[in-house]
Amino acid sequence: MPGFTARKIIDTSGKARHLSVLPGGLIYVKMARPWQGKGILILRENSQGQATVVDGFSNYGGTGIYVKDKYLYASSNQEVFRYRLGNDNEVLNPDQPERIITGLKMGRQHETKSIVLDNEGNIYVNIGTPTNSCQEKDRQPGSMGIPGCPLLDSSGGIWQFRCDKPDQTYADGIRYATGLRNVVGLDWNTQNNKLFVMQHGRDQLHDLFPALYTQKQSAEVPAECMYMIQKGDNAGFPFIYYDPILKKKIVAPEYGGDGKKEGGKEYIDPVVAFPGHLAPNGLLFYTGSQFPERFRNGAFVAFHGSWNRTPEKQEGYYVVFVPFENGKPSGNWEVFADGFSGVPEVISPRQAQHRPCGLAQGPDGALYVTDDVKGTIYKIEYKQ
Amino acid sequence: MGCILGSLAGWGQSAKKPVVKKSTSSVSPVISSTNRGKIVYQKFCLSCHQPDGGGVQNLNPPLAGTSGVLGSKTRLIRIVRNGLQEHVELDGEYYSNNMPPFKMLTDQQVADVLTYIRRSFGNKATPVYKNEVAQLTVKKKK
Repeated sequence: MPGFTARKIIDTSGKARHLSVLPGGLIYVKMARPWQGKGILILRENSQGQATVVDGFSNYGGTGIYVKDKYLYASSNQEVFRYRLGNDNEVLNPDQPERIITGLKMGRQHETKSIVLDNEGNIYVNIGTPTNSCQEKDRQPGSMGIPGCPLLDSSGGIWQFRCDKPDQTYADGIRYATGLRNVVGLDWNTQNNKLFVMQHGRDQLHDLFPALYTQKQSAEVPAECMYMIQKGDNAGFPFIYYDPILKKKIVAPEYGGDGKKEGGKEYIDPVVAFPGHLAPNGLLFYTGSQFPERFRNGAFVAFHGSWNRTPEKQEGYYVVFVPFENGKPSGNWEVFADGFSGVPEVISPRQAQHRPCGLAQGPDGALYVTDDVKGTIYKIEYKQ
Repeated sequence: MGCILGSLAGWGQSAKKPVVKKSTSSVSPVISSTNRGKIVYQKFCLSCHQPDGGGVQNLNPPLAGTSGVLGSKTRLIRIVRNGLQEHVELDGEYYSNNMPPFKMLTDQQVADVLTYIRRSFGNKATPVYKNEVAQLTVKKKK
């Protein structure tokens, strides 16, 4: 796109997940696993646009990190902490965070906790369901769904907590939305004051129900959905999924579906349905003024890239843009930044040299993108 | 080497089928097993472990160059038969997706697919024979 430039500001070599960018070239990066013993890296970007790791803190890995009102919030896969920031946004007590949430469920799958805050002192935490599709036997061909999917009582949704209360548990939180298999990218839309999330849709329709789905259908279905969330919403997982070709909610085969039967009206519809399996790991509403006007208040989504589209080539591994007006998409999505994989096409995910994960907006309106293969951080800028 | 493997494989097969068709093809039993194993792999394994055995970062373990694939056959046979639902470290990494048990495969198919993965993607480990699978299958049943 004319006027845009993208460059690497650092290769950290760790698994960089979400990040926050603050004034003065200060960048906090949450690492999936502690990198040289540090779960959060402190980077300093110089005026030439190159960053170095200057320090780090916390001994836990994870995905979520978010800065709001002079606190830095960060999650492990079971807890959420916050750190007071000083005048220059430095972390004042890196070894003594306040633990604000504890005891969250963590399965082997979908264990990461993503976080975002609203403007009223609430923090929203994703708790992913520890299964693919709530089968009696996870990922086993033909195994049917557990009736009612009781896992939803403590996972498969977004929980709301207070941002300033210590040691909150499930009993202190509210299940703000349910029926969400796993969310990694989420953001608060300040234009309409609503939470938006990107769901990772279920895998392996063909592998698990070969009589109902061809390999090709399984590669394209279900959609990766962007949802606008209101308190009490149910997005329908695991009972339904959204088919991006039929443009309908379809009953999951584990719960009596045949690939065509439509699912319940009580479940919310996505606001954007992307192709299947692209793995949205970052969501950011752009509020800066550096990019041209049409980007203002629109959504950037970082797609980590697919793995279960075989035998088709894999898709994703890029950052897309969705224009928004008044909190609603106002046009089709488009690929905004591509080429992270470093290869013309990805057949097997390990061919991708980089995979986009987290997104952040810098104070000057630049867009930052993390990669969790080599820990590269990219900066995308616009100049007329 | 090829000669020794060939004779071993012949012995493995002879346990059940005394007459091995040897007139038409000069393809060694190990290569036949590998070829059959590839078909099993494509049907049951490829979507997670990928066409190049590369797996998926954080989700599905790679098979190419992996210690668990090149190492103990017994463990490998058990993983195919029973699946893998535990959180275990593999060469310094963790993989989160559950692997289902493949109880519907015959002993020969298990041997074939394991021979295939141990001798593909750059791997050069010894084949797995039907009788090695059968021994474990019997043990488990008692």
